[in-house]
Amino acid sequence: MDLAVLLPAVAFYVFAGAAILFAFGVVSARNPVRSVLFLIMTFFSAAGLFVLMGAEFLAMILIMVYVGAVAVLFLFVVMMLDIDLVEARQGFADYLPLGGLLAFILTVELIVLGASWHVSAKADGLRQAPISADQDNLRAISEVLYTDYAFFIEAAGLVLLVAMIGAIVLTNFHKKGVKRQSISAQVARKAEDGVELVDVKPGQGL
Amino acid sequence: MMEIGLAHYLAVAAILFSTGVFGIFVNRKNVIIILMSVELILLSVNINFVAFSTHLNDLGGQVFALFVLTVAAAEAAVGLAILVAYFRNRGNIAVSNINLMKG
Repeated sequence: MDLAVLLPAVAFYVFAGAAILFAFGVVSARNPVRSVLFLIMTFFSAAGLFVLMGAEFLAMILIMVYVGAVAVLFLFVVMMLDIDLVEARQGFADYLPLGGLLAFILTVELIVLGASWHVSAKADGLRQAPISADQDNLRAISEVLYTDYAFFIEAAGLVLLVAMIGAIVLTNFHKKGVKRQSISAQVARKAEDGVELVDVKPGQGL
Repeated sequence: MMEIGLAHYLAVAAILFSTGVFGIFVNRKNVIIILMSVELILLSVNINFVAFSTHLNDLGGQVFALFVLTVAAAEAAVGLAILVAYFRNRGNIAVSNINLMKG
């Protein structure tokens, strides 16, 4: 068989199989730390699939954003919280039959839907940003991202800002009884409030 | 079998999506795994977007996948923040106890 056909196929099956196996590991691992590590491997495999599809920029972003930020965030939280591993596994066996049945039905339905996909003849004319063959992926994305999709990327920045502020507000926790510097109180302080003149009579103490 | 097309990628995405739904179903006591399952679901959506983007030769799908990635990152940050606040108050992360505010 021709190597140019064989090699992408082998790569696809390796990455796809790894992604599916690691995804099963995520949902079924006993230890949440292992789940996070499986999640990282799932993202790596998905990044491989993205490279096979020709979306190199998205593959690198997936590794940087997901593995570098999101998965590490998960790892921090998993290790920070003191989770009872036995209690966290309760109900797994109870929900296994129903969940497995539902997942199986969902998989079959989605695969049947995907396999019978038919692209309309009009789809070619409706393309938002056609890919030209002589441009590499990064240049092509950057050219549409900051022109046609400029408002969308600003909205994405806004979403991230709101999420950042929300996360800070949610986790910010003031302990009572801890002395803190209040700059506004310091600036608003006047000499009359701070200094008290006491008239001490001679021969007597205060 | 050897010619990899759109249907193959859609099948992988479908299996990943179902795995995510399955994970939400079976991990009733562990919110962290549920959040990770949501990440899996969003990843499968991204695979779909990129597969169609390649199939139709349209870059719009990849750009949209980028925004899905952004929202997923924001969702993870806020979700984990809620989780930390909840754990501080309750001492566990069981989902079945989160209906306490029910009237």
